[in-house]
Amino acid sequence: MPRIESTIVTSSEEFIANREHNLALSRQLREKLEEIAHGGGPAAEERLRKRGKFPVRERIERLLDPGSPFLELSALAALDVYDEPVPAAGCVGGIGRVQGVECLIVANDPTVKGGSYYPLTVKKHLRAQEIAEKNHLPCIYLVDSGGANLPRQDEVFPDRDHFGRIFFNQARMSAMGIPQIAVVMGSCTAGGAYVPAMADETIMVRDQGTIFLAGPPLVKAATGEDVTAAELGGALVHTEQSGVADHLAEDEQHALDLARQAISRINWRKSDPLARSEPVAPVHDPGELYGVIPPSTRQPMPAREIIARIVDGSELDEFKSRYGTTLVTGFARIQGYPVGILANDGILYSESSQKGAHFIELCNQRRIPLVFLQNISGFMVGPRYEAEGIAKHGAKLVNAVACAAVPKFTVITGGSFGAGNYGMCGRAYDPRFLFMWPNARISVMGGEQAASVLTQVRQAAFQKKGEQWPEEQARAFQEEMVERYERMAQPWYASARLWDDGVIDPVNTRDVLGLCISASLNAPIGETRYGVFRM
Amino acid sequence: MKDFDKILIANRGEIACRVIRTAKEMGYRTVAVFSEADRDALHTRLADQAVCIGPPPATQSYLDVDRILDACRKTGAGAVHPGYGFLSENTDFAGACEKEGITFIGPSAEAIRLMGSKRLSKIAMQEAGVPCIPGYEGEDQDDETLQREAERIGLPLMIKASAGGGGRGMRIVTDAGDISEQLRSARAESRNSFGSDELILERAVIRPRHVEIQVFGDHHGNVVHLGERDCSIQRRHQKVVEEAPSPAVDEALRARMGEAAVNAALACDYVGAGTVEFLLDPEGNFYFLEMNTRLQVEHPVTELITGQDLVEWQIRVARGEKLPLTQDEISLSGHAMEVRLYAESPSEGFMPQTGPVLAWHPADGPGQRVDHGLRVGYQVGSHYDPMLAKVIAAGRTREDARRRLIRAIEETTLLGVGDNRAFLAAILRDETFARGEATTAFLEESEAGTLGMEPEPVPEQAWVLAAALLAGGDSRRGRWQGWRNSGTAWQPLILECDDTRRTAWLAGDQGEVQVLLDDVTHRVALLETGADQVHAVLDDVAERFGLVREPETVWLDWHGRALVFHDQTQAPPDRADAAGTGPVRAPMDGAVMEVRCEPGQTVQKGDVLVLLEAMKIEHSLRAGIDGVVGSVQVAAGDQVKGKQVLLTVEDPQAAVQDSPAD
Repeated sequence: MPRIESTIVTSSEEFIANREHNLALSRQLREKLEEIAHGGGPAAEERLRKRGKFPVRERIERLLDPGSPFLELSALAALDVYDEPVPAAGCVGGIGRVQGVECLIVANDPTVKGGSYYPLTVKKHLRAQEIAEKNHLPCIYLVDSGGANLPRQDEVFPDRDHFGRIFFNQARMSAMGIPQIAVVMGSCTAGGAYVPAMADETIMVRDQGTIFLAGPPLVKAATGEDVTAAELGGALVHTEQSGVADHLAEDEQHALDLARQAISRINWRKSDPLARSEPVAPVHDPGELYGVIPPSTRQPMPAREIIARIVDGSELDEFKSRYGTTLVTGFARIQGYPVGILANDGILYSESSQKGAHFIELCNQRRIPLVFLQNISGFMVGPRYEAEGIAKHGAKLVNAVACAAVPKFTVITGGSFGAGNYGMCGRAYDPRFLFMWPNARISVMGGEQAASVLTQVRQAAFQKKGEQWPEEQARAFQEEMVERYERMAQPWYASARLWDDGVIDPVNTRDVLGLCISASLNAPIGETRYGVFRM
Repeated sequence: MKDFDKILIANRGEIACRVIRTAKEMGYRTVAVFSEADRDALHTRLADQAVCIGPPPATQSYLDVDRILDACRKTGAGAVHPGYGFLSENTDFAGACEKEGITFIGPSAEAIRLMGSKRLSKIAMQEAGVPCIPGYEGEDQDDETLQREAERIGLPLMIKASAGGGGRGMRIVTDAGDISEQLRSARAESRNSFGSDELILERAVIRPRHVEIQVFGDHHGNVVHLGERDCSIQRRHQKVVEEAPSPAVDEALRARMGEAAVNAALACDYVGAGTVEFLLDPEGNFYFLEMNTRLQVEHPVTELITGQDLVEWQIRVARGEKLPLTQDEISLSGHAMEVRLYAESPSEGFMPQTGPVLAWHPADGPGQRVDHGLRVGYQVGSHYDPMLAKVIAAGRTREDARRRLIRAIEETTLLGVGDNRAFLAAILRDETFARGEATTAFLEESEAGTLGMEPEPVPEQAWVLAAALLAGGDSRRGRWQGWRNSGTAWQPLILECDDTRRTAWLAGDQGEVQVLLDDVTHRVALLETGADQVHAVLDDVAERFGLVREPETVWLDWHGRALVFHDQTQAPPDRADAAGTGPVRAPMDGAVMEVRCEPGQTVQKGDVLVLLEAMKIEHSLRAGIDGVVGSVQVAAGDQVKGKQVLLTVEDPQAAVQDSPAD
């Protein structure tokens, strides 16, 4: 395959300035993640250990195959959303290998508000389950949660995608043959009791785990009986009398061992439909991405320079390289897996949209996963383009993206604005995974455009009333809008709200995509049927 | 002149290999014999021909005279070299060879018979004027006579079985009141072990040195000696370290002892290689102990200081030649030292070890020699003596030899089966030994008594390196070695070594692994991991170690100490069962001698439940908990594997304790 020639000069002032800027962002990401990794803090951790329990991340490390990778998802969930800090939304989720099987792990963090479900905890849990369902990943739930966050019950309980959906998903995944394993390491009260109860196999830790529909205080209130938590729903009750749990674990490590053992018995075979080659590192150092990424989404970012630092051997076999040049399409390999790549190299025109749709059809035909490197400010505007039907050409791309049955992976490497987001497989288009770089921005349009549109609208309203909008006020309004858009377009803001599956360091992109592709191959690749293409 | 052109070596292990080497050098064709357990042994590969002579037990193979003679007939071997042990001092075998017209490379049957009796040989030696320890070796063996003679000789008193050897049937009496009891028990043991209850009595020599003289005789009436060997370092009458010359023997004493030894040999018309053993007291008095009518295990030290090949001498003498050198032509130069490498664990009471040889690299530096019978893939079993090899070094001075030998021990790599290298190196490093002052009491008496015998802690860095290797620090386990997208994650790895379990926490990637062990962070970079070696940088220091790797196990040769680390991170959980039962396992491969319990029997912790015989040693297997014997899976006579569960003891309380308190 042809190798991408890089034209980057690593000693240039621009490169050095970019690198400094992006390294700072990368540091920022690391700091946030490290802060989050502490969960409820050292004091809470100490209390946990005193009771013979492990912190949530240690539980996961002890569960995984030694030396195997772990792809944490939505680590920034709930960051700066609520009045109180809720690190990782109180539960850690991700994909890791257990007995060689890629599993989806959701683990409550009891040090964060007792592991109770905030609205974003629910969203994160459901998103993790969605990933498991789409990619056929066995699920392991490490349960240690007080259940729904009662003060916010209106945002947690009643709606379709609220708490109840967790158990709905468990039932449906079990029906699909996706194993559901629960390890009860703490309390599972009320609705929470259904996580273990709905699981295929449940392991429960002696003296630590409890499962009941109503805790001792409620029982006391209802019937006047005095019972301890262990008598009411301890591990012995459930493994010997009720049958709500299947395996008794002596301690946490034993429980994790039993979970590993349970996974070893699921008779799992990865669908693995791709012809894979031996992975080759990129010829161009991924570390140079820091110097390639411009400080602002308004500045161009050469797509091939990005691709060269992500794909195997920096090799890209371009498709239609001379046509519709603002969208780079081509075949490459990531960690040995064949992929079709679509990367923006400017705004989308009619030609580039048609080219993209054509390329997606090719990949679907050949069952090659799609990787979208999204950096798009939108489709071209103006009378000439409307007249040539850019809307219908864009629609072709959107149609192809929406219907593509091959696994799709999206990385927002720069801007993600307007309809460009749709054409490049934004969140609404169900990519199997979607990640953002720390420099990325996401909003319906750029902050300045939005501010100027909104200012014009309001100006018009003043004029209609025959009034004059004081210049100062107008400027202040405009500045406020810009600031507001900028804040909400930040990857931190997006990731906190689960608009993506995480913010990743650009140098990790290749690894993240490799792991995601590998995980996605647990599910067979289906047949694609398209909607009506407007010709 | 006796004529033969093919020599059968009626032995196994290092000595078979040693004899084959010289026989080949001298132009002979060679035949190895082997039992079914030794099918893969080195001697079968070195010889021109090899014949299987039966099942593993020695009595049905290496000790079976008919089978060995049959092997001679099949291959046309005209001579037999018996090595040491097995049939080397068996008069029937020597006689049978003679009858078949096969040359027995060793002394006459008469000489063997005479020296095989402590009582008769001692009488013969006294007649020949060889100094003997005052005692009683009369024909009268009734209790009364022995009691009276014992009182006459005085304390401390040594009681020995006349037919004995290797410390069996031997008693030391220090209290007059014990004499009759000790006589009775020595007699019983002698009868059981050797089929003869003849005893001799001697004054015990306290803290003697064991000094022996190598002698050689030919069919022409010549006898010479080749100087002495000092074998004072012994454990339970088994030699551990041997050297030549003795640090306690000067030229004059050597001449006197040599003369006495030559007289001893002349007294029985001795032909071939023999060794006259003496006890040497601190005053320079020496006393005849016994004569060994064969090539000794420790003969290489004599070879190294005389420049002679003793096996060559044996063959020359056997084919009727005169001794290659006269006494005047024999001179000693330099110093040589030997240690015996055993498959045994000094820290577990010298428990014999079994297992496959996974890696074997004998040292081969200047002045170093390793006589061995090992090859990778060979299974060290429980049927024979656990000696694997002899590590020998020579130098200009004793100190040179000692230094070289320590290095040879530590450079020799043996993985897969436990050995005593650490013990050997510890002895050589001991100050008393280094000064040349160690006597036969050295290992039992001095501070050295614990040398390498206490379980030494496994070095911290060995844990670290093992953790990095088990975690696949060279990315063996996958491309995403410990990869995390959310900050540094420390992943636990549970390792087990010497029954100790520790958790190491690992982080890092392909280049350098960080290993956190008890709050100390170590850094490991694996530069190169070859087939049986690892080159690693451990906390900034690069070094090479012998290595064998399997997915869950790492064998590390840590400066002459073989360490085995098991990855227990993914070990199947067994804690749920552990509380209620006590499995009784075989500590090693062996044969069940006796089962002393039956299902349903109530036993207490410490009760002996099974007797196991392995490597000629009896092991008592005890109950680990109080309880009731569950099923018994074995019966007397069964061959069992190491770690095999023989039976279980169940705790009847366990079920009760488990039920909820309601």
